[in-house]
Amino acid sequence: MMLSDQFETLFKLQQALEAFRTSSWLESSLSGTGAYPPINVFRKGDDFVVITEVPGIKNSDLDIQVKGNTIRVAGTKSVDYSEKASVHRRERLAGRFDRTIAIPVQIDADQVKAECHDGVLALFLPRAQQDKPRSIKLN
Amino acid sequence: MEVSMEKPQALAVQQKKELTQKEEKTIPARYYVPNADIYETEDALTVVLEMPGVEKKDVNVNIESDVLRVDGQIDFSKYENLDPVYSEYNVGHYARAFTLSDKIDQDGINAELDNGVLTLTLKKSKEALPRRIAIR
Repeated sequence: MMLSDQFETLFKLQQALEAFRTSSWLESSLSGTGAYPPINVFRKGDDFVVITEVPGIKNSDLDIQVKGNTIRVAGTKSVDYSEKASVHRRERLAGRFDRTIAIPVQIDADQVKAECHDGVLALFLPRAQQDKPRSIKLN
Repeated sequence: MEVSMEKPQALAVQQKKELTQKEEKTIPARYYVPNADIYETEDALTVVLEMPGVEKKDVNVNIESDVLRVDGQIDFSKYENLDPVYSEYNVGHYARAFTLSDKIDQDGINAELDNGVLTLTLKKSKEALPRRIAIR
C-alpha cells in the first residue's frame, strides 16, 4: 500500500465517523449518569463493536458490566503528581465516571469480550443468534 | 488518620481539539492535539500527554532549537472491516509542540508510554539547575 493511499484511508475513516455524528442509532436508548467516556459504535458483520478512549485508566480501575443488552462502563481516572512539582499546565481531567449504553439490538451477553490496549477499550458484542438476520429465499 | 470521604468529581467529556499549526500538513487527514500536563521539579521538566491508541513504536519525540515536538501515529488498520453506526469522537494522529524555556540535557530524556499516556521526563542541563547560594 502506498503512503498516500494510507492517508486517504484514514481520511475516509475520519469522514465516515463525522457522518455518523448525527446518527440516531443510540438516540432513543441512551441512559446512565454521564457522557464519559465518549463512544464509537461499529458494525462488524452481524456483530457490534463499541470503542472508547480511556487513556491513563488502569484495567483495575475499570468496571464493565453487561446485563441483557445494556452495557455499563464505570470507573475512576486519577492523575497523580509528585507533591514537590510545580504545575505549569493541567489539561488532563480526573474523576469518576459511570455510563450505561443500551444497545438497540439483542446481544449475546455471555459472549461479550472486552480488550484494553494503549488506552483504547474495545467491547465486542456478538449479536444474539435469534436476532441475526435470516436470508429469505425466493421461490 | 482521617480519611476524606469526599467523592471524586464526575468526569466530563473533553472534546478533541483539532490541530492548527503554523505549518500546514500536506495531507488531508486530521491531526489532534493531545491533552497535556506539564510540571516541573528541581531537576526535571515532566510532560504528560494523552494519546490513546498510539503504540510505542509509533511515537516520535525530538527537541530542536528548544522546541519539543511530539508526534504519535495511530494504527487505523484496526478499523478495517468496521462500519460506523454511531460516533461521538473522531480518531486521528496526534501532534503537539512546546517551546522550552529551560535548557534541557538532550541525553537525559526519558519517555514512557503506559495505557495511552506518554510521560516525558526532560532532565535540565547543569547550567539550568537552580544553585543555592550560601550566605556567609
